[in-house]
Amino acid sequence: MLVKRKTAFFSRFYLFEIILGLWITIRKFFSRKVTIQYPEQRRRYSERFRGQHYIKATNGVENCTACMLCPTVCPSECIHIEAGERPDKEKYPVKFEIDILRCCFCGMCEEACPKDAIKLSTIYEMSSARRPVYDKAFLLEQRGNK
Amino acid sequence: MSVEWVAVLAKTGFVITMLLSVAPVMNWVERRGAGFIQIRRGPNRVGPFGLLQTVADAVKFLFKEDRVPAHVSPFYYFIAPIVVLVPACMTFAVIPFAGPITIAGQVIPMQAADLNVGFLYIFAIASLGVYGLIMGGWASNNSFSILGSMRSSSQMISYEISLALSVVGLVMIHSTVELGQMVKLQSEALLSFGPIVIPRWGIFVQPIGFLVFLTAVFAETNRLPFDLPEGEPEIVGYHVEYGAMKFATFMMAEYMNMAVASGLAVTLFFGGYQLLPGMGTVLGALHLQGSTQDWIRVLFEIISFTVKIAFFMWFFVWVRWTLPRFRYDQLMDLGWRVMFPLSLANICVTAALVYKGWV
Repeated sequence: MLVKRKTAFFSRFYLFEIILGLWITIRKFFSRKVTIQYPEQRRRYSERFRGQHYIKATNGVENCTACMLCPTVCPSECIHIEAGERPDKEKYPVKFEIDILRCCFCGMCEEACPKDAIKLSTIYEMSSARRPVYDKAFLLEQRGNK
Repeated sequence: MSVEWVAVLAKTGFVITMLLSVAPVMNWVERRGAGFIQIRRGPNRVGPFGLLQTVADAVKFLFKEDRVPAHVSPFYYFIAPIVVLVPACMTFAVIPFAGPITIAGQVIPMQAADLNVGFLYIFAIASLGVYGLIMGGWASNNSFSILGSMRSSSQMISYEISLALSVVGLVMIHSTVELGQMVKLQSEALLSFGPIVIPRWGIFVQPIGFLVFLTAVFAETNRLPFDLPEGEPEIVGYHVEYGAMKFATFMMAEYMNMAVASGLAVTLFFGGYQLLPGMGTVLGALHLQGSTQDWIRVLFEIISFTVKIAFFMWFFVWVRWTLPRFRYDQLMDLGWRVMFPLSLANICVTAALVYKGWV
C-alpha cells in the first residue's frame, strides 16, 4: 500500500538531512569503540556463570558417591554414571561421563548434588575439533573456582 | 632515448602503480572505516593496523579454485571482468597530477597523456565499462544475472547523461575541455576578502553542477546509495556466477573507477593539483632556485592532489556507511526527474551568466 507521508518542505530536498547524517557518522567514527579484543581482553562474567563441568575432589578422592541424582534430574540426559564399590564399602562412580554436546548448561546437576561433587566452572572456551565426551579423568581435573 | 620518452614511461608507470595500489588500500580504508563508523574496530590483526589484511585477501582470491560454471559462454565470461577493468585503468591517463615541468628545454605536462579532448576522453572510455557489465550478465547465462546487468546498465546510462551535462557549465565558463588548461584557469582568484582569497575553483563557480556531478558519479561507480547493480550480500547482480579472482577483478575495477571519479571531481571542481592553503607559503619560505624549486613544486603539487583525492575517496566510504540504498524506482526518479532537469537548468543559467559576462 502506498502511504502518503507528510514531509517538511525543507527536508524534502534530502541534502540537509544527508549532511546531518554525515555529521552523525563522523562523530561515531571518532567515538570510543565497543569491541572487546577477545583473546587479550575478556568480558567479565558473573561468578555464578555456568560453564564447563568438573567433579570436586577432597584429598584426591572425588566427592561423588554415584547416587544417580544428577542423571535423574538432567533434562538433556547427558550424564552417564556406572556405580561401583570401594573396598571400604563406599559407593563410587566407576565411569562418569558427560556428553557435553547434549548438555544445556542448566546447572540442575549442581543443584541436585547432595555431596557438592558435580560443579559448573566459569570456563566457557570448550570448542573442540572432536565431539567431546568428558570422562571421569577429565572431569576430575580441578579447574573450577568455586 | 629522448627525455620525452623517458618522461612518458615514467608518468605511465607512476599512474598505473597509483591505480593498482588504490584497490588494496581502499579495501582496507573501507573496512576499517566501516568498523569505526559502526563503533567497531575493523580488521586490525594482520600486520600493523591490519594493513596486510588486503594482502591476505588477495592471496586468498588468487589461490581459490577458479570455477567456471558449465552453462556459461566461456569466452565472454572470461573477458567481461577485463572489459570492466581496462577502461578503469585507461581513464586516469588524462588527469593531471602536477603542473608542467621543464626538463632539458622541454615542457613535460604531468599527466600520462596530454590529449586535447580532455575529459571527453574520460566520459567516452568510462562508458565502455558498461559493456563489461552487460557481457558478464549475459555470458553467465542466468536469468538473474541478465536482470542484474540490465538494471546496472540502465542505471549507468541514465546517470551518464546528467554526469555529462553537469560539466557543460564548466566548459562554458572555461571555454576548454583540456584538463590541464582547466586546472590552470582555476588558480585565478574569484573573490577576495582581505587576506582570504577564494579561488575560481569549480565548486565556487558551479555549485549546482558540482552537486549533480557528485550524485551522478556515485551512481556511475555503483557505490552506495546507488549500488543496485552489486549489493554484494543481498541483491543478485550481474556477477552471481563469478568467483575467485574474476570477482575480485570486478571489485578492483570499482575501486579504480572511484579513484578516477575522485580525480575528475578534484580536477574539475577543486582546483586539481593547485596547492592547498598554506602549502604555497611553505614553498615560498624554502627559498629554492632553479630546477630544485621546480621539482619541489611538483612534489608539493602531487601531495596536494593526493590529499584532495584521498578526501574524495574517503567521502565515498563515508557516504556508503551513512546512507541507505535507494529503491530502484527512486533511483530512476532521482536520475530523470531531478538530476536531469537540474543539470539542464544549470546549463541555461550558466549560459545566461556567461552571456552577461558575470562569470
